[in-house]
Amino acid sequence: MALVELRGIEKIYRSGGGVEVRAVKGIDLSIDAGEFVAIMGPSGSGKSTTMNTLGCLDRPTSGAYLLDGLDVARMSKDEWAFIRNRKLGFVFQGFNLLSRTSALENVELPLLYQGVKRASERRERAMASLTSVGLGERYHHVPSQMSGGEQQRVAIARALVTQPVLVLADEPTGNLDTKTSDEVMALFDSLNKNGQTIVLVTHEPDIAMKCRRVILFRDGRIIGDGAPDEVLRTVARGVIS
Amino acid sequence: MNISLTLRIATRALIRNKLRTVLTMLGLVIGVAAVIAMLSIGNGAKASMDERIAGMGTNTVHIWPGFRKGKKRGGQEERLDLTVDDWKAVDDLPEVMESCPMAQSNASLVVGSSNWSCDVVGTSPSYLTIRNWPLEAGRMFTESEINSAASVVVLGFEVKKELFGAADAVGETVRIGNFPFRVVGVLIEKGNSGFGSRDNSALVPYTTHLQKVRKNDSLSYLTLQAPTREAVKALEIIAVDFLNERHHITDPENGGFSAFNMAKISDMADQSSRIFTLLLGGIASVSLLVGGIGVMNIMLVSVTERIREIGIRMAVGARGIDILSQFLAEAVALSLSGGAIGVALGYFISQVIAKYAEWPAVVSQSSVLLAFGTSVFIGVFFGFYPALSASRLDPIQALRHE
Repeated sequence: MALVELRGIEKIYRSGGGVEVRAVKGIDLSIDAGEFVAIMGPSGSGKSTTMNTLGCLDRPTSGAYLLDGLDVARMSKDEWAFIRNRKLGFVFQGFNLLSRTSALENVELPLLYQGVKRASERRERAMASLTSVGLGERYHHVPSQMSGGEQQRVAIARALVTQPVLVLADEPTGNLDTKTSDEVMALFDSLNKNGQTIVLVTHEPDIAMKCRRVILFRDGRIIGDGAPDEVLRTVARGVIS
Repeated sequence: MNISLTLRIATRALIRNKLRTVLTMLGLVIGVAAVIAMLSIGNGAKASMDERIAGMGTNTVHIWPGFRKGKKRGGQEERLDLTVDDWKAVDDLPEVMESCPMAQSNASLVVGSSNWSCDVVGTSPSYLTIRNWPLEAGRMFTESEINSAASVVVLGFEVKKELFGAADAVGETVRIGNFPFRVVGVLIEKGNSGFGSRDNSALVPYTTHLQKVRKNDSLSYLTLQAPTREAVKALEIIAVDFLNERHHITDPENGGFSAFNMAKISDMADQSSRIFTLLLGGIASVSLLVGGIGVMNIMLVSVTERIREIGIRMAVGARGIDILSQFLAEAVALSLSGGAIGVALGYFISQVIAKYAEWPAVVSQSSVLLAFGTSVFIGVFFGFYPALSASRLDPIQALRHE
């Protein structure tokens, strides 16, 4: 069975004036364990809404979402928090680290909410995660003392520390220069080679090319799904201008 | 999430923002310290007043002879005589436990070239029993010295200090008016009663006083002591009626004997110090309330300022209740430590004030509990709304917040 199963997902936003916006118009999607997927599409295409659905942050208006065999679309908010904590890892464009808080404490944060009581265990696991992203020696630094690339690696370490089944990255290289983007993508690639399932949103074809599968969104529908070069050729034909 | 982890998260957040934490706490610190100090001032003032009143004798009634109006309008008023025989008759009443005659006049005491003016009181040894007033040196004059109208004097603390300094006074001679008196004793220091310093007096046998100082037969007043506080009122009425009858006074309003009851004074003092304490406590409570509103203010600002942090926490698995308890724990930690520092500060202020006002520093357990409890309650009460609004944030909105 697939790790992620989206069936007939629809999302309708109602604005204050009573105007309905159909952000996602019934999508079906399945992602297997161990995949490395890029989601592309212009803004307003429904890719962010889909990511929020995948991240258990936003409830679809209709449709089913199975994650790791669990029917998460019908869960309560607290159960979602549990799923986010145990099954998912998030990496954001703006890093979203707690300021004035050391790298180590940032990485420990999900373990605190997991209820890992022993401080030594939290510390060990956080250190192991930081070491795996190559920042083992900078654990005591606070975000303001780190470069963007380093901050993003701390964020990745935080996403990995709970050993999630799925890592969701929303424009992870959006705030980084080319060189650091490549480093972060190389890190994702090596994680994926070790079996980590990763879904990332990007609008840069260069980044998408480094993934193994690209899903293309437009107007709330999936219009392309397959190997990066194939899908990107479609882009070249003018689907995305 | 267990409590220790919640507290850990809250403490970390507080330490990260030291300045904000200290400023928020300051309101509560001042509020709690003010409540404790103010209540202590109230209690201290009451205790010192009680002590002074008790120093004037407990369960006592003072009885004065009245004035009789002259026959003509605006005529000279005539004072009734209160004689030693009157006192002896009153002393025989069964309701009187102890009593002493009081003959008071102001006179100069002279030793060598030193001269000091003070109250010279002619009385009996019961005077010291009623006032519970021990001697520092020497002895009180005796019944036989009263009977022989001996020229002996017991000096109050201040008088002795002024006339003899640090030197021993017992056995020395003091001149009062034109008569030499032998000093037989010195009283211990009693402090100010609020009715003039009692240390600035000298005691002589009443017989001697009437002969050599006052030079007439009339006492100033009588001091009677009842066995209990409840019996004071009855004693007052009985003694006044008895004396009025003895002096054949038909209209007590005109020239009858009047009484001054210390229990009444002590009740009045109690009541005024209670009002005083309430007033001070009330003012201090307002500052505590303002401190609490300060906590709410800062917590609300803190929530707005930390929306993104809340979003991050929710993304990594914090539930609404976790966020709620974190912010509540921050408010509680703030008010607990603010309260504790406030208690310490209030205690310190009370000690300082007590030292300068020369009264006991009464920091009662209940005032500490009241102030500390109110501070924690205020912290939780005013911390709850901001915490609740934080816990209800939408993680997507919170993460996007700039």
